[in-house]
Amino acid sequence: MDNGYLIEFKNVSKKFGKQVVLDNVNLTINRGEITTIIGMSGVGKSVLLKHIIGLITPDSGEILYEGKDISVLSRKEKSELKRKFSYMFQGTALFDSMTVYENIALPLKEKKHLSSTVVERMIMDKMDQLDIRSMAYKYPSELSGGMKKRVALARALVIDPEIVLFDEPTTGLDPIRRNAVHSMISNYQQKLGFTGIIVSHEIPEIFYISQRLIMLHEGKIAYQGTVDELETNPDPIVEQFISGLESRHDTLTGLLPQPRGEARFKEELARFQRHDTVFSIILFRIRELDTIHEKAGHVVGQELLKFFSNELRANLRVTDICFRYAMNKIIAVLPNTNMEQARLTCRKLSKLINKSDLQNILSKSSMDCSINVGFAEAKKDLQFERLVKEAESRIEDTCFLSKSEE
Amino acid sequence: MINSITMPLNTLGQYTIFIIQEMGRTGTFFARGFYNIFILPFQFSKIVQQIYFIGVKSVFVICLTGAFTGMVLGLQGYYTLSKFGSEGLLGAAVALSLIRELGPVLTAIMIIGRAGSAIAAEIGIMRISEQIDALETMDINPLRFLVSPRIAASLISFPILTAMFNVIGIWGGYISGSMLLGLNKGIYFSRVQSGIAVDDITGCGIKALVFSIIVVTICCYQGYYVHTRSEGHGAKGVGFATTSAVVISCVLVLVSDYALTSFLL
Repeated sequence: MDNGYLIEFKNVSKKFGKQVVLDNVNLTINRGEITTIIGMSGVGKSVLLKHIIGLITPDSGEILYEGKDISVLSRKEKSELKRKFSYMFQGTALFDSMTVYENIALPLKEKKHLSSTVVERMIMDKMDQLDIRSMAYKYPSELSGGMKKRVALARALVIDPEIVLFDEPTTGLDPIRRNAVHSMISNYQQKLGFTGIIVSHEIPEIFYISQRLIMLHEGKIAYQGTVDELETNPDPIVEQFISGLESRHDTLTGLLPQPRGEARFKEELARFQRHDTVFSIILFRIRELDTIHEKAGHVVGQELLKFFSNELRANLRVTDICFRYAMNKIIAVLPNTNMEQARLTCRKLSKLINKSDLQNILSKSSMDCSINVGFAEAKKDLQFERLVKEAESRIEDTCFLSKSEE
Repeated sequence: MINSITMPLNTLGQYTIFIIQEMGRTGTFFARGFYNIFILPFQFSKIVQQIYFIGVKSVFVICLTGAFTGMVLGLQGYYTLSKFGSEGLLGAAVALSLIRELGPVLTAIMIIGRAGSAIAAEIGIMRISEQIDALETMDINPLRFLVSPRIAASLISFPILTAMFNVIGIWGGYISGSMLLGLNKGIYFSRVQSGIAVDDITGCGIKALVFSIIVVTICCYQGYYVHTRSEGHGAKGVGFATTSAVVISCVLVLVSDYALTSFLL
């Protein structure tokens, strides 16, 4: 029976020898969302992902696709189902005896039966988007880890799949490229509308592009739900996970992750409620980050985010709290500051920013970059989300990070 | 006490079951690979590529071994036959030895060494680096994509290479027997012609085809299922698989050669 879920696991169990990897797993994947599977190493995340595409079959239980048990599908139906999927392997699994071009072309040539001109155009488009055209005729062994990941991403996306499974797509990449791959996945998901299922260790960065989370612990699902709901989950394993998360920093920006930032906000709010110490928040949003990604590449976009975060950390007060709120948003909580003072701080900040470094980053593109800024002053009865919404509603188009200011 | 009697029997039984299972799996593996050769669309370019790799690239080594085998047969044959005053039969002796026996067997063994080991290693590496899984996720049948073209190429290459081995070998026999030891050229070649019957050539062709099936199936199978080996995984597993591919193929070629010869005689 179709109950609206795209993929559903019902009591799925899998053992390898005596080791139980999946133990009565029940989970659901929604259409058109990015779902991230998290959990400790060796907990069975990749095994779970391989069950979805049929590389591994369960010992017991059912895996349903649009309500249909995939184990009872005919060979033809299974083949049709597989064509809707793409899989990006942890180790890229590029064919090492083929060039980059041939690797990307393979799924198109073997399954789509298109003319060679159309195939060539599709591949070149994808290579341009991922900035790998220059390496079209190189072999995978001649590429760096990051380049291989991009080629694997191009191969996974070239057939315009309905569902893409990513098995640790960013492992081994530096923070900038890791976040660039995340933003690529997010951009393509919005553009192509595929359903993404990502196995990742990149916490908290992966949260910024995920709509849903599934946490696997000792073969069982410890949590499944939205990223926001994660914090309010009473399960001790989830609580332990979040407390571990709070001690981490965002590796790209060096800023606090959102849960820890929110915790600091609550402390500040409590102080305000007790001692009337007013505070404000500033919401920074890099304007048109998607356009920057498209025109100058994802790496430039992430370098920009890193640069801006570093400038914030260097120029704000020690007592100010700064954390990443989304892919392109950063929030600063300024204790003992009213809204006017916050505006003043922001103006000072725009003057202090190191323009020559910005020039270096933006020299790779012909673009200017500006940052939208929204201010909001705390009120005793206003919780975090409401205050952020207020800041977003007052967002100003402040062009204080512009290359043209030079 | 009872244990010491049952243990060896138990092990023997398990080993026998394992061997029979492996034979069954290998047979099914070949049947599936062979069947997929004829599934449309034909993989013409892949078959040509494999003919180039298994066949064309083996030509030099086959010619070299063929020439020296023929030459040594010429020397040994001349020495032995001259003891009975029958040097004139050298052409027939060299040609029959080559066509009926040495040609197919030595060709198969040379191809195992040159191409068979490479096939096992290549497919094995594709397995451990998840390239075969990647094919499956793209709904590309890995058996059809990797094994079928190699089976087709082997079925084409082995008989041709065996024929080349035989021809070069006969010329090798001529070099040592006639050019070096002075046997009349006309006698040598007339004995070659009169000594060979059509059945000998048919038998040679049958042997070449059977050996091609054995070699390509064993080598592909060992690489394809490298991940199921119990004695080693990863690069070590590929090493074991390559060794097994070469050893099992060589042994089976020699064993099946005896069986075939007994049927064909």
